[in-house]
Amino acid sequence: MSNPPDIVTGELEATGVERPPAGALEERELWLSGTEAAAGMGRWTGEGPQEMAPGDAGIALAGQMGSLVDDDYIGEERVPTGAETQIINMGPQHPATHGVLRLNLELDGETIRRVKPVIGYLHTGMEKTAETLTYAQGSTNVTRMDYLSPFHNELAFSLAVEQLLGVEMPPRAKAIRILMTELNRIASHLVWVATQGMDVGALSMMLYGFRDREPILDFFEKTTGLRMNHNYIRPGGVAADLPDGWEEDVAGILAGVPKGLADYETLLTENPIFLDRTQGVGVITPAECKALGVTGANARAAGVAWDLRKAFPYSGIEEYDFEVPTGIHGDVYDRYLVRMAEMRQSLRIVAQAAERMPPGDYRTDDRKVTPPPRARLDQSMEALIHHFKIFTEGFKVPEGEVYQAVESPRGELGMYLVSAGGSKPWRLHVRAPSFANVQALPVMLADSLIADTIATLASLDPVLGDVDR
Amino acid sequence: MAAASGHSNILLTTLDKGMRWARTRSMWPATFGLACCAIEMMATGAAHNDLARFGMEVFRASPRQADLMIVAGRLSQKMAPVLRQVYDQMPEPKWVISMGACASTGGMFNNYALVQGVDQIVPVDVYVPGCPPGPQSLMHGILTLHDMVMSGEAAR
Repeated sequence: MSNPPDIVTGELEATGVERPPAGALEERELWLSGTEAAAGMGRWTGEGPQEMAPGDAGIALAGQMGSLVDDDYIGEERVPTGAETQIINMGPQHPATHGVLRLNLELDGETIRRVKPVIGYLHTGMEKTAETLTYAQGSTNVTRMDYLSPFHNELAFSLAVEQLLGVEMPPRAKAIRILMTELNRIASHLVWVATQGMDVGALSMMLYGFRDREPILDFFEKTTGLRMNHNYIRPGGVAADLPDGWEEDVAGILAGVPKGLADYETLLTENPIFLDRTQGVGVITPAECKALGVTGANARAAGVAWDLRKAFPYSGIEEYDFEVPTGIHGDVYDRYLVRMAEMRQSLRIVAQAAERMPPGDYRTDDRKVTPPPRARLDQSMEALIHHFKIFTEGFKVPEGEVYQAVESPRGELGMYLVSAGGSKPWRLHVRAPSFANVQALPVMLADSLIADTIATLASLDPVLGDVDR
Repeated sequence: MAAASGHSNILLTTLDKGMRWARTRSMWPATFGLACCAIEMMATGAAHNDLARFGMEVFRASPRQADLMIVAGRLSQKMAPVLRQVYDQMPEPKWVISMGACASTGGMFNNYALVQGVDQIVPVDVYVPGCPPGPQSLMHGILTLHDMVMSGEAAR
């Protein structure tokens, strides 16, 4: 076992970062964790600093936490600030916060002046847990992060590990990964359209969305053994080959989902209530998207044609024929249109993946990563040793660091992985798309009406497991 | 009156049984979705699995209107006081289902962030295993709770 890099005595000196005096161990640890300011303040558990302070009437409040670009309020005239405001709390236990998000809202009558998202209510310590699990176990951990797109979490982690290992995937493994992740995108967007519909009052959308998601989950269960949290895509390939009869299942999904989509469009696309609730609501501009790191369908709805599947293709996605739908207005309605179009594009990719599914192995044949076939264990001592080593110690990954991102249904999901040469990651940092997207809420909501909070929040499609990890 | 006639037990047990029956037929859950399990809880309530068959489709957003709390997902240290407050706000009689491995034991996350089992915070009647439990598992847990309420085992 090699030692992890010593960041206290080593690399930081080179970067010119000032170090605390030696000997003060406790202070040093606090300094390393970046929380030294909180030491001795007795506020470890208190939520005081998180609360939104009353706004100063003399200050333009929108400048503090509101819109970066003063352009995006479509609707009523801006009421002059300085009127009496009140701060109300929303969440973390609220049916429309999509989990345990908490918002502090400063209201000026019916108008929202400032929004402060408070996160951390689902903090699971997954980045820390990742340091205690071997690379083979790592997928189990990350798959529970963004629980609506488990395959994307696994894929980003596996690609990062494989990049450090320098192993190449066989074509079938790549195609299976594309098939599963794109099906997952459809399932995730179906949950989104269900909850978005429910949150603006179209309650039947909730039932339709979950109904049409079931065949996809059934296929996932048949393939991976679980409906969610599959741990199917692992470093070195996928856990198992596609099950018998997968062609019929995929064909069924390809035939069924478009019917559902057509139904939703009949219900929503020209529905006057839906239009009133979504058009011109929660607007964000391309400049703001770039400034705040908003990615995925939210950015594309604002007209930012940025899709990692095109920009930094992974797992052979560049061989597939699909388009990147973009919107114009960056409002809730355009996000709806973009996601509906994305589901159709994902169906195209799924159809191509199913059509061209290459024969061959579903795992790499690198014996340092992939355990030997079960039958070989009875015949070969070497195979037995490899098997034992892989499942006890885990395979070792060469020293280095890598950032690997995939286009998850919520945006750029990146894994920054540092290996110290052992069989466990030295550090795993996750660039979570929902985290950056929630950060855009103050900009989207500033100077809009309180009734638009729910529609805007739902349209962001945040998954709090992804925000807090 | 009751002591003289000697029939008090018959009258009161029948009334008690009727009350238990009524409680199981309209047990309204509070929405307490936390993580992955919440998605499966929503799937249980949606059309495909249809929790309405058991008179339970009305997920109440307000704990004041709920009898049953389904703790669906991992409970972080930060969320624990909120869970307790929501539980305290529910009127008696009330029951708790701990859904999934994380809620029951902390699951695979044995670390600084998670409460290792919600039974440290609230009394739990039924533990539903799984990660996440499928809708069928959750329905089995709910029906188990109904049986316990009917038999008086889970009386409050």
